[in-house]
Amino acid sequence: RGLLTRLNTPICIVCYLAAIVWFMGLAFEPFTLRTDMSENAMGSTMVLLRGASAVPRQGVRSSQKTGAVSTWLVKAMQSRGLEVFTQSFSRKLPFPDENKERYMVRGTNVYGILRAPRAPRTEALVISAPCSPGDSNNQAVGLLLALAQYFRNQVYWAKDIIFLVNEHDLMGTQAWLEAYHHTNITGMEYSPLQGRGGSIQAALSLELSSDVITSLDLILDGLNGQLPNLDLANLFYAFCQKLGVLCTIQGKLQRNDWDTAEGYTHAAQTMMLMVLKQACGRSWGDHGLFLRYHIEAASVRGINSFRHYKTDAATIGRLLEGMVRKLNNLLERLHQSYFFYLLPSLSRFVSIGCYMPAFGLLVVILLLRALDLWVHLGAPALAAVEGVTEAQQPSGPAVLTVLTPVVISHLTGVALYLLPVHLQEMAVEHFPVSETEAVVLTAVAIYTTGLALPHNTQRLLSGEGTEQGWKVLKLTALLYLAVLLGCTALINFSLGFVLAVTLVPITASMTPHMPKALSALVMVLLSPAFTILYCVFIYQELIEAPVSVSEGWMLFLSVISQGILDHALYGSLVYPLLALFIYPCWLMFWNILFWS
Amino acid sequence: FRLSSLIGHISTCPSLIGQCCQRHPGSVDEFQEELVIRPLHSGDIYASFQFRTLWDTDFLQEGQKVSHYRLFPKSLGQVLSKFSVRELHISFTQGFWRTMQWGQPFIPSPPGAELWVWFHDTVSDVDGNWKELTNVLSGIFCASLNFIDLTNTVQPSASFKPLGLGNATDHRFLRYATLPREIVCTENLTPWKKLLPCGSKAGLAVLLKSEKLFHSSFHSQAVHIRPVCQDEQCTSKAWELRQTLNVVFDLYTAGQGKKEWSLFKMFSRTLTEACPLATSSKVYVDITDNPELFELSPATPLLSQAVVLGDRRTYSVFDLTRAETFGQLRSLNLLLRWKGDGGEMLRPLLHAERYVAGFGLQTGEIHTVIYNNHPYRAFPVLLMDSVPWYLQLYIHTLTVTSKSRDNKPSYIHYQPAKDRHRPHLLEMLIQLPPHSMTEVTVQFERALLKWTEYTPDPNHGFYVGSSVVSALVPSMVAMNTNFTQDQPLFSSFVPVKEESSYFVRVYTEPLLVNLPTPDFSMPYNVICLTCTVVAVGYGSFYNLLTRTFQVDEPSLPLAKRLANLIRRIRGVPLLT
Repeated sequence: RGLLTRLNTPICIVCYLAAIVWFMGLAFEPFTLRTDMSENAMGSTMVLLRGASAVPRQGVRSSQKTGAVSTWLVKAMQSRGLEVFTQSFSRKLPFPDENKERYMVRGTNVYGILRAPRAPRTEALVISAPCSPGDSNNQAVGLLLALAQYFRNQVYWAKDIIFLVNEHDLMGTQAWLEAYHHTNITGMEYSPLQGRGGSIQAALSLELSSDVITSLDLILDGLNGQLPNLDLANLFYAFCQKLGVLCTIQGKLQRNDWDTAEGYTHAAQTMMLMVLKQACGRSWGDHGLFLRYHIEAASVRGINSFRHYKTDAATIGRLLEGMVRKLNNLLERLHQSYFFYLLPSLSRFVSIGCYMPAFGLLVVILLLRALDLWVHLGAPALAAVEGVTEAQQPSGPAVLTVLTPVVISHLTGVALYLLPVHLQEMAVEHFPVSETEAVVLTAVAIYTTGLALPHNTQRLLSGEGTEQGWKVLKLTALLYLAVLLGCTALINFSLGFVLAVTLVPITASMTPHMPKALSALVMVLLSPAFTILYCVFIYQELIEAPVSVSEGWMLFLSVISQGILDHALYGSLVYPLLALFIYPCWLMFWNILFWS
Repeated sequence: FRLSSLIGHISTCPSLIGQCCQRHPGSVDEFQEELVIRPLHSGDIYASFQFRTLWDTDFLQEGQKVSHYRLFPKSLGQVLSKFSVRELHISFTQGFWRTMQWGQPFIPSPPGAELWVWFHDTVSDVDGNWKELTNVLSGIFCASLNFIDLTNTVQPSASFKPLGLGNATDHRFLRYATLPREIVCTENLTPWKKLLPCGSKAGLAVLLKSEKLFHSSFHSQAVHIRPVCQDEQCTSKAWELRQTLNVVFDLYTAGQGKKEWSLFKMFSRTLTEACPLATSSKVYVDITDNPELFELSPATPLLSQAVVLGDRRTYSVFDLTRAETFGQLRSLNLLLRWKGDGGEMLRPLLHAERYVAGFGLQTGEIHTVIYNNHPYRAFPVLLMDSVPWYLQLYIHTLTVTSKSRDNKPSYIHYQPAKDRHRPHLLEMLIQLPPHSMTEVTVQFERALLKWTEYTPDPNHGFYVGSSVVSALVPSMVAMNTNFTQDQPLFSSFVPVKEESSYFVRVYTEPLLVNLPTPDFSMPYNVICLTCTVVAVGYGSFYNLLTRTFQVDEPSLPLAKRLANLIRRIRGVPLLT
């Protein structure tokens, strides 16, 4: 105990540095594990790939011109011998989505079911392709139809295959999935489904934006940072290798020179991208929404990076055929391989056992500081017991001094969570801004107003804040933050880690005795909002599209609006987590800084 | 009163059975075979075989020992008399009957294996008999029927009434069980074929080649045994054994996308003769839509009309007992060329489907949706649901809604499950409004099983058998209540009592439900770890604590010991 209190600060610094080094070391190839297929049913069996025939995308195009995509699709699927059903849905967004330019959304999903012969409709696979009027994903829809035609003539299917063409990308998928499972989490209005195929075992989503495909990108990050079973990624990689298709993850090709500095940087960049994408908790493809229903899903996105090497549609068809056939062979749900992992490249992964220590080292700092404070709080109390029996008396105001800031910061959090969406009409009336801007700027305004909190708190409290008061408050806040980050990291490691990296240094070192102006500046610069801003810049840097400060600011605002929308539309939990828990917690430390 | 009328209907009127079973005088037992071919709306083709053996004897009569068997299979006869079985229905099905595309089947069956048996009311230990019977049948049909035990057996109170003679209503003598996971293959077909008098050597059974039968969309084989009347006066009983086999061939995978079917294309065989032991051997082809939609060759002058499942159909009849049927080539190969353009879904009058709603591994909701597509008639249906005990139903959440209004069932029979002993049984009589969709929902919680109760592949999920919807559906045409001798077999299985309605049983799809599954590699790791800790940690501690320590004399160096040896010999005091 003596050692821990005496060497507390050095240990904390060492822990922090060790955590960062450990995390960066995860991308170093000798420390990672090679991916290999764990699922027996998909591993050794060979499938003979014949490939689908020509892609009928002309029809998709011409029907898009006339605007009757769904009727054309119904006919096209029926003529291929599928059981075809449609589903209509509608949703009014809480405020207009400026990125995708939609507010009142109305759409139709078309899906066809290929019934497996002699199967009792208990299991199904889903292949989906988003298709929106303005969207140019008709290549994928064409491929989907070609696959349907080819699959229909085969005898080996053991699971029903559902070919889903969803309108308005994620919203269509959301409506379809909610109807399939008869749930309503997000207040979407939809018509019930007529045909089903039992429990869905796996899903693949196709996005081919261009006619020329040079490489295929695999997207795994789903809603709230959920990931599909690693075997799905292994399956994709295995078939890419077999068919000689260039495959990427996070848009980055794999490199073999891990022992050079460039090789390491490349792997680290790929992993960082994955961490950032996972941390933001949104679904990066249509597959992300399937994961909530315990359906292993991934998106395959065709990329035209203007390389010399081109992949034709038939090869992609063969790749998908292979993947679907292997999934069809599954005797159990995918469960053999990892569900928690980071990928520095497609062939290497970091398992939960390897990356958790990095996070653990950060949280240990909080606990060590809390222990230190506890010891310091206990020491004067012991001294007091000897003299006067005053030990009981100060506890009354102490509880009040601690409770008031806690309650006020949480009320600010609630305001940050509720007000932006609810006050948008009022804001639009009084200021010359659009609804979206109104929501985001209200959020920023409330966030900034929260910084004035310490003065309000002080005014509410009658007495002066005591030395013991801030220590109790800080102890509470430290433990609170440790629990919060711990829970977050268990669900979404990346989010927990990114928050811990920025929040831990300031929270661990904050006292009222530091120079006010400087520490206030540092604290604001390491607050949750600035963390998001840094993430935006780092992300843009990593995808090799650096932005200027003003562009970054605009991106930051759109990220906030997207976060709020993701929460309202798909049930993403990042926005409520930040608004209701992380931000109030940070405010408690802000309060300590201005303790008088 | 609706329930009683429905039940009364399902159970049969003896006089009708008597009429339908009128036979040539003088024969002790007789055998009939029949094949119905129906081109389906979707372009697929449906072939339904029925083989009927009738035997004028009574196994259950006291003091009479039956030992001489002619056409009736001895293996089944012995089973009937040993276990005092009054009626036995067993079906093995691979695939799901697609009502929306194919319409109603002649004899419906759920995916997997289904067995329901009425025992004679003299049986005292019904459960014991049932247990033994399932084991014996398991041997006869090479199926996993021995997995039927009390945890998946129910006694439906209204849904399954005897189809044969007698009017038993005491459901204590009824046992019903399904095995939705049962896979049907060649090893089940062979023993089934061996029950036929001609085996697969002659008659219609030559078509039953497994390489083609299992290259289809749907395959179902069944055995139905029931007592029927010997004559019109019904003075004595006869036993009827019906073996049915239904198969649907797929347009795309078996027909190469061409709507052109022939016996050879379907079964890779043609017909050359009738079974010599059969009194009648006929092939019926449904030509109701002829000649606009398809053509049939060779043409036959023999036509027959029958009212089946509420619809008047016309059939071309090929009588295999007559030589001219086979023509010059001495073989009959029917050819059907279908010209229509299918693909649109059908709207059968009664249709049902079922699914599990919700997500997560704690709770869920079973939805059963029943459609009444009749434009203006309401009719009652009996819904029977048997749910395994590990889905703990919350019966207070049971709701029945039609047209978004609460629809109160007029009869509910619910038997709650007992953990590890018996399943839930829920039977309801629901009135379906015309042109409506009725949704029955009930919530459940997924039980945590003991680790030995998981199947070897627990991540696959657990099956819940089909629910059964039995109904008297209003008929569009007058049903034929008079049975005559030349009535085709396919239309005489379920006797018709009223002209205005016909009996239909619809099975929903089985469910696959995931239960919370532990990581089974974890116990292994824990066991290894625990054993190591016990062995190393506890073992050495125990050793330390229980051992008595003594100061050990340091052993002398070799030189001294040698010296001592010499000294001992010399008798001089030893060195220390």
